Amino acid sequence: MNGIQLTPQDTIERGLALAAAEGADGCVVLVAETSSTNLRWANNTLTTNGAMRGSSVTVIATVGSGEGTAAGVIGRSSVTEDSLREIVSAAIATARAAGPAEDARPLVDGTVSDDWALEPEETTVGVYEKFAPSLGESLKRAELERRRLYGFANHEVVTLYVGSSTGLRLRQALPRGYVSSTGKNADLSHSAWVGTATRDFTDVDPLALDAELTRRLGWAKRTVSADAGRHPTILPPAAVADLMTYLFWQLDGRDAFEGQTVFSKPGGGTRIGDTVSPQPVNLHSDPALAGLEAFAFAVARSSGGSSSVFDNGLTLTATDWIRGGKLEHLMTSRRTAELIGVPTATPDIENYVLSVDGGAGSTDDLVAGLDSGLLVTCLWYIRMVDPQTLLLTGLTRDGVYLVENGEVTGAVNNFRFNESPVDLLSRFTTAGATVPSYSREWGDFFSRTATPPLLVPDFNMSSVSQAS
Amino acid sequence: MPEVDASFLALPRHQLAAAALQRARDLGATFAEFRLERIRSESISLRDSVLESAKDDEDLGLAVRVIHDGTWGFAAGVALTEDEAVRVAEQAVNMAQVSRPINAETIELADEPVYDDVTWTSSYEIDPFTVSRADKVALLTDYSDRLLKADGVAHVSVHVATIHECKYYANTAGTSYTQQRVRIGPNITAHAVAEDRFDSMSTCAPPAGRGWEYMTGTGWNWDDELAQIPGWLAEKMAAPTVEAGVYDLVIDPTNLWLTIHESIGHATELDRALGYEANYAGTSFATTDKLGTLKYGSPVMHVTGDRTAEHGLSTVGYDDEGVAGQQWDLVKDGILVGYQVDRRMAKKNEDLLGTPRSNGCAYADSSGHIPIQRMANVSLQPAPDGPSTEELISQVKNGIYIVGDKSWSIDMQRYNFQFTGQRFYKITDGKLDGQLRDVAYQATTTDFWGSMEAVGGPQTYLLGGALNCGKAEPSQSGAVTHGCPSALFRSVRILNTTQEAGR
Repeated sequence: MNGIQLTPQDTIERGLALAAAEGADGCVVLVAETSSTNLRWANNTLTTNGAMRGSSVTVIATVGSGEGTAAGVIGRSSVTEDSLREIVSAAIATARAAGPAEDARPLVDGTVSDDWALEPEETTVGVYEKFAPSLGESLKRAELERRRLYGFANHEVVTLYVGSSTGLRLRQALPRGYVSSTGKNADLSHSAWVGTATRDFTDVDPLALDAELTRRLGWAKRTVSADAGRHPTILPPAAVADLMTYLFWQLDGRDAFEGQTVFSKPGGGTRIGDTVSPQPVNLHSDPALAGLEAFAFAVARSSGGSSSVFDNGLTLTATDWIRGGKLEHLMTSRRTAELIGVPTATPDIENYVLSVDGGAGSTDDLVAGLDSGLLVTCLWYIRMVDPQTLLLTGLTRDGVYLVENGEVTGAVNNFRFNESPVDLLSRFTTAGATVPSYSREWGDFFSRTATPPLLVPDFNMSSVSQAS
Repeated sequence: MPEVDASFLALPRHQLAAAALQRARDLGATFAEFRLERIRSESISLRDSVLESAKDDEDLGLAVRVIHDGTWGFAAGVALTEDEAVRVAEQAVNMAQVSRPINAETIELADEPVYDDVTWTSSYEIDPFTVSRADKVALLTDYSDRLLKADGVAHVSVHVATIHECKYYANTAGTSYTQQRVRIGPNITAHAVAEDRFDSMSTCAPPAGRGWEYMTGTGWNWDDELAQIPGWLAEKMAAPTVEAGVYDLVIDPTNLWLTIHESIGHATELDRALGYEANYAGTSFATTDKLGTLKYGSPVMHVTGDRTAEHGLSTVGYDDEGVAGQQWDLVKDGILVGYQVDRRMAKKNEDLLGTPRSNGCAYADSSGHIPIQRMANVSLQPAPDGPSTEELISQVKNGIYIVGDKSWSIDMQRYNFQFTGQRFYKITDGKLDGQLRDVAYQATTTDFWGSMEAVGGPQTYLLGGALNCGKAEPSQSGAVTHGCPSALFRSVRILNTTQEAGR
């Protein structure tokens, strides 16, 4: 067995050469090198940790031409010289045994990244050099002050290489980090939460996070019970991201076209061009957004409604999904763009910004302007109840607060909600400024979001949850 | 019993383990364990009887976890060389050293007998990875066509995931094992689209610890279910909307398994009860001070945890800490009597639990992740001479019979839940009276299980389950089975989901 590990560039060049030699008509090879390091704590002590390095290689071989093209896709967590030969052969054999692919299109023409030849970037536990001692200090402080802290910090760097028989040689490295921290008072009767995304942990201060948890636990010194029903409710940017990320994932063009989502037009087709909110709401993605950088080219390890393995390497550009309240685009591959009758493909982009024209001020400013209502911290366990209206259910978590005369005056119980994020975009009465946000529900794998705080006059709290 | 795949046995598992464990010992680790894991997976999707995507993946790597100066350290890598095994062991020790200042607890593990180079394989007939892609796609296309050609079906989606997992585990106490497990998860959904609304109907075939034979009729009657789906979907499209209120429910095992998963399975995980998941998956109302006294449900409620049920998704020979698979009680006669634990929690809570041994619930979803306490097969036991589903329905005057799972959600302490389903049949005077739509049931865990008046007999018992249960940070995916009979519940709150949406 030849166990020699190959560099990402060698894997791609050799893979493409092997595919050509074995008679494939086209080939794309994706190599992702990932390193990550994490710290996890509970009850004021470290519980687990880890430093992981991973790799994934995907070989997409195509045979035939035009509408008769078939694809074979094989993925592996790592390859050696010998196993690369096996998986290229397997990908070609799979393509030969398969029928023509509906999404077959010419492979994307070649672009070469300037940094193609560079090695993968990597993170190590050293990223926590300042964070870890400060975290240790916050855990000790919490122990002395009879609070309990529970949380998780994660940092990862993914370096992606994409090469194709049509000359693509793309490389991009992206860091992604986040910290999520829950605080409880001594008798565990109340909890609070803060979370933030970061690229490098230089901008995260565990003592400041603990101070915010302390402020929120202080609000819970007075507790009031509130009934289920429709309440004026302030959703901070994190809670808005909890709901809007779900909406973002419902933008699949094929599902909408085939009558399966809230973006389907009754009777057939999609709602592109329809007004989905009477308010000046914008939902936008752009791989180049500062601080929220995402992969600047399409990456598809399998084909689906809005993605196609044939589209790998397609340049991604700024895309308006909703502009001025009107649905402008749905997510499509080149194939599904044709299916639903739009001129160009707009594939998935791994970030989004929700903004409201004229939105200004912070969550605290929204609180200051509210006579009576609720302030939630974040939402959780969000699941689809009815795709026709995008009705979602879920719960408030780790802090719901009573707002009276512009101030937080106590903590109330948790609730189960049933709400549609599409409806909320019509019903909110005040929006703050859009800021980077970290979704409690989805942020661990989708953290590149920016959202405003919203005041919803009639948020549907369906029942009380006893959870505390 | 199937044999362990020869290509896995050809990997230098003993040498890699020896190199890693020796390096960990040399660096002062008081305990170390090594895992070499290979997970093959295949995912096939069809839309409207056309292959949309087929992907064949393999994840292969090694991991080392150590206890060093009383602190855990974990690291993982992908190169299968002795140098890499040594490097990963060094990195695990380094991780323990870096973490030492923020660790306030000396880690100790519950004792477990030593198992020396043993082998275990799960129960299946046909390794899915030996069946050609073309044969699989042909079968799935046939199943899809049966629905697509039926009246009222606008679109059909098919997805089948198959997983083949091989693991080699070794620790410094002398235990080592080689284990192979196979599992499969199919879903076929028919969609209907009308002028004013749309809906769907999915197969109820649960994921199972079985091979490809499952897709051809062993353990599930595909012919019967596929023949009925178009009619069920048409009836649902024409069904009246439910009137919100309080109803008696008969819940089919195809739906009840998920309610068990969320409201009992997760609630009896000791790491949650102790707060380790407070920042992520949540805690549990079933705290340790209530062990032996909490009235979880009615006296007919008997819930077991096991890692031994044939075809169970959480079934193993040995867990990821080298503990043998076992079965034990979680709820007996309606009272909370047990938890799911790993070796560290078993040791730390020995007096509370009344036993010095772990019940074997440690699991990592791949070589790249740390083992944590994960769910056993948590199952509601049937009544030995209990009634059929029809007999349960006959005991209801005005109620709803719920079949198949769909939407699910529960709060962070496992009190308040809400579920929907595939089909809801009105029960009038003990008989089914046509489908209803827009139904969700909502309850608090102990109220709900307290309202369980009767459980069905063994003839109603079915193993349900999920391939994708999420827990821990970094997030890990787990596969787990829940067996249950049909059961009768009195006075449960039913919502109308259209009204909930403010329509």
